[in-house]
Amino acid sequence: MIIKILGPGCTKCKTTHSNVLEAIKELGIQAEIVKIEDMKEIMSYNVLTTPVLMVDDVALVKGRVADVNEIKKLLTK
Amino acid sequence: MFNWTENFANWLVYGVFQITPNSKLGDTLHFFIYDTIKICILLLVVTLIMGIINSYFPIEKVRSFLTKRKWYGLDYFVASFFGTITPFCSCSSVPLFIGFVKGGIPLGVTLAFLISSPLVDAVTVAIFFGMFGLKITLIYVVSGIILSMIAGFVLTKMKLEDLLTDWVKELLKNKQSIIVDDEINHQSFFERVPLIVKESLDIIKGVYLYVLIGIAIGGLMHGFIPTGFFEKYISKENPFAVPIAVLVGIPMYSNTAGILPIMQVLVEKGIPLGTVIAFSMAVVGLSVPEGLLLKKIMTTKMLMIFFAVVTVCIIISGYVFNLVM
Repeated sequence: MIIKILGPGCTKCKTTHSNVLEAIKELGIQAEIVKIEDMKEIMSYNVLTTPVLMVDDVALVKGRVADVNEIKKLLTK
Repeated sequence: MFNWTENFANWLVYGVFQITPNSKLGDTLHFFIYDTIKICILLLVVTLIMGIINSYFPIEKVRSFLTKRKWYGLDYFVASFFGTITPFCSCSSVPLFIGFVKGGIPLGVTLAFLISSPLVDAVTVAIFFGMFGLKITLIYVVSGIILSMIAGFVLTKMKLEDLLTDWVKELLKNKQSIIVDDEINHQSFFERVPLIVKESLDIIKGVYLYVLIGIAIGGLMHGFIPTGFFEKYISKENPFAVPIAVLVGIPMYSNTAGILPIMQVLVEKGIPLGTVIAFSMAVVGLSVPEGLLLKKIMTTKMLMIFFAVVTVCIIISGYVFNLVM
């Protein structure tokens, strides 16, 4: 599983990142986490608001911080 | 509408705490309790209403709405209007800008959205309502939308496309006229509620400390500064009051929540309302962090023009408010 976090590095993006780490730890699963902070690269995903949480190239959460429980639910679907 | 809060504050301060009515301490404490409760309720109500609208009109929908037909100038209004509803995190301004322009939305319309989004947001509206009442809040919201429209229109006329940074120009070369992101959300209203409530509580969590500090300072000033104190220094007749207030407001950032309760007391003590509204607009509408982000898409020249146009619009509206109110 590849989890991507898109965002230029604002507080919301950082919170999302740490929430993802926490969710993975709690679930005990293996996942590759990619932080995408470069604006050009972010734009190539055609997003309008950040942070974006992508799992296997599907944008699941856009423009807001998902909390640990929500991420756990998304990852176990 | 808030009579019961007033009564509650009366009961608590003068009844339970046994503080003499009309004493400085009593006034201060009463102001603090009454305003805190009122603002909390309003914050919840306004963020929930905006959250509901936003759940049905997310930013992606606004974009396809704006690109799907010809608007003949009305798009400035649509962009400014939806800018007020969409919650704004300044770090989204770059992707939003590129996404809009790339989708074929005119530069000025996109900028109108970017101006109105932080200018009229849920928190500002709620606190304005609590501090100055419905009429002045409406004036603030409507003039915020008009101001964004005019600034956007002026910026279009200036033809600033060439002043975008190179990588943005490169990106925009291949404009996509149709963007497929119409993911339709089939959730029912009740399925949407938990997320809307969570979002709204998150917003409140982010600002409540500023609000409390602002109200506390406001309460102290309310109790201890004599009424009409500022009239001596800043009057409607002073032609420099508005521009100075605006220029002082621009570098301030994200503290409207805390600033507005103090503003209300300043008005009470004699500062003209229009000056205060212009100041608030400068605080929320323009900021240094936002400028730094926008610098990724705009050359310094364009950024200066953008800030200058918005500043002039805010100053003009300050004068207009002082004239009509």
